[in-house]
Amino acid sequence: MTTKSQAVLNWIDERFPLTSTWKAHLSEYYAPKNFNFWYFFGSLALMVLVIQIVTGIFLVMHYKPDASLNASGVPVAFASVEYIMREVPGGWLIRYLHSTGASAFFIVVYLHMFRGLLYGSYRKPRELIWIFGTLIFLALMAEAFMGYLLPWGQMSYWGAQVIVNLFSAIPIIGPDLSLVIRGDFVIGDATLNRFFSFHVIAVPLVLIGLVLAHIVALHEVGSNNPDGVEIKKKKDATGKPLDGIPFHPYYTVKDIVGVVVFLFFFSAVVFFMPEGGGYFLEYNNFIPADPLKTPPHIAPVWYFTPFYSILRAVTYPLFGLDAKFWGVVAMGASVVIIAFLPWLDRSPVKSIRYKGPIFKIALAIFLVCFFILGYLGVLAPTPGRTLVSQICSVLYFAFFLLMPWYSKLDPCKPEPERVNFK
Amino acid sequence: MKTRVINFIKRFAAVALFAPAVAMAAGASVHLDKAPVSTEPAALQHGAKLFVNYCMNCHSASFMRYNQLENIGLSESEIRDNLMFTGARVGDLMKIAMRPAESKVWFGAAPPDLTLIARQRASGDGSGADWLYTYLRQFYRDTERPTGWNNVVFENVGMPHVFWQLQGEQVAKVAQNADGSKKVELSLAKPGTLSVQEYDKAVADLVSFLVWMGEPVAEKRKSIGAIVLIFLAGMFVLSYALKKNYWKDIH
Repeated sequence: MTTKSQAVLNWIDERFPLTSTWKAHLSEYYAPKNFNFWYFFGSLALMVLVIQIVTGIFLVMHYKPDASLNASGVPVAFASVEYIMREVPGGWLIRYLHSTGASAFFIVVYLHMFRGLLYGSYRKPRELIWIFGTLIFLALMAEAFMGYLLPWGQMSYWGAQVIVNLFSAIPIIGPDLSLVIRGDFVIGDATLNRFFSFHVIAVPLVLIGLVLAHIVALHEVGSNNPDGVEIKKKKDATGKPLDGIPFHPYYTVKDIVGVVVFLFFFSAVVFFMPEGGGYFLEYNNFIPADPLKTPPHIAPVWYFTPFYSILRAVTYPLFGLDAKFWGVVAMGASVVIIAFLPWLDRSPVKSIRYKGPIFKIALAIFLVCFFILGYLGVLAPTPGRTLVSQICSVLYFAFFLLMPWYSKLDPCKPEPERVNFK
Repeated sequence: MKTRVINFIKRFAAVALFAPAVAMAAGASVHLDKAPVSTEPAALQHGAKLFVNYCMNCHSASFMRYNQLENIGLSESEIRDNLMFTGARVGDLMKIAMRPAESKVWFGAAPPDLTLIARQRASGDGSGADWLYTYLRQFYRDTERPTGWNNVVFENVGMPHVFWQLQGEQVAKVAQNADGSKKVELSLAKPGTLSVQEYDKAVADLVSFLVWMGEPVAEKRKSIGAIVLIFLAGMFVLSYALKKNYWKDIH
């Protein structure tokens, strides 16, 4: 570095911790060298967040949160989305990036969470990282749900109608709560405007704050790895972990490869199948919202369907309260219970590599149930499907609630002293 | 237990406002013919001609501008001379004079805007194009309907058969399937001015136009997409080489 630029850097460092921050989080943040495929999805989630924010900024320039009808009898909000798709230069690309980004966000986040399950990333001392992560997931669900109303198509409208109505099942406060959420007795202009406000500013602020907390907490304790051993236990004479390598440049160049591969698949969807077979953009949502015409079948977007299935699986009233209320409770619990994993897992080892057959079978059953619930969530309920979703819901909760016992019983292999690398 | 489950589903459906959903989702899906969708300018232009002559009497395309038809190879004067019948300007949206409130009284339902119809009609049964291609070829005479026409794909539709002079008149023979569902067989009772093949081709052209209109950027999107994917494939080679080079010291 030239003396001139060194002088500038010194000037800044005396006033702002630029060099020390760079070192603490990148060039001297030591990450385990044995990260595998599953470790791409954290940085990818961050990138999708950036894609969503940047495309969102441009969408807001032309989108109008207005449920009133224009001269052609089309809701202004719906027409403004078509205006973006047809008349704003490059608008179609921005919109498809944003709509595909929503689904991509959930795919990446689900894989990121599954990585945590595989390698015990939630275990001590990473409990707070995991709790922040669960909160990010909750915020992401709120963000996606409110964003889905904005195109003001039939599925936007009726999906929101169904979900907001669920809140009315809560005893005493329920009816008023759903009224506050809607701002009206039915989904309408007031709902659209407040969802717009939440979607573009309130929830993104919370999301960014939580993501920051997630990363700061991670860099405080250091990353877990596929072997689940703490690299900080074995350090060299200079105090660097023996199995650690600086995040920058090693993982920055590795994550660039991950980003390129991700963008390849992402672009394939954006440019060649932006509707995602009717799952990323539902066909019914090309019809403007009509409060008088209920669509034949209302299904939430795919990323909500596992939890929606759990909601529908509860069919028994209990303690004099409606089954619907308990469905809402079960759906809420199915997400919140994830946060308790650090205290449910009593296994002596973190990683699935050293866990015994009981955990492996439990995880496999959990995964299968999650997919079945997701699949059933897009279909209309029948008695047979309800029964299957009830069984899968019970197994879903059993994975968590029985973990303190089966994780202790599980015959585990001893953890290695150092990480395995090639 | 079964009745309790059913009771719950009923109650849930009513509360969640999708009572009609359950009833209709249970209905049998219809067989759709595969639409031979074309992106050829000649087919799209023929489709546009049919659209403005037949469809636009009742249906608008209110997200489309007349001059966007230049993208299917028409010149501004061709559009103005051949495809515009009102006082609209060439940069105007393709709206109609009929008001939705009135047409609702006349037909029972206001004729929908057709800009996005090919995207709206897609479902698990087939693409939107397949639905439209089948629908427009399966009108049949039904004296019990106010318009004198009915449709296999869209039962008791409010729309009359606007192409009857071209297609001719079909009659239906209704039979029962083994599972009790209704099976409708159509036969041409009175030929129209077009042969069956010519009519199918005309409908295919119209459907191709509707598909194009649903997303005029679709072809451009795919050609840009090909370049993007090639670029990313190249980027992969470079980024992978970079990673390999950096990581060669890590053992």
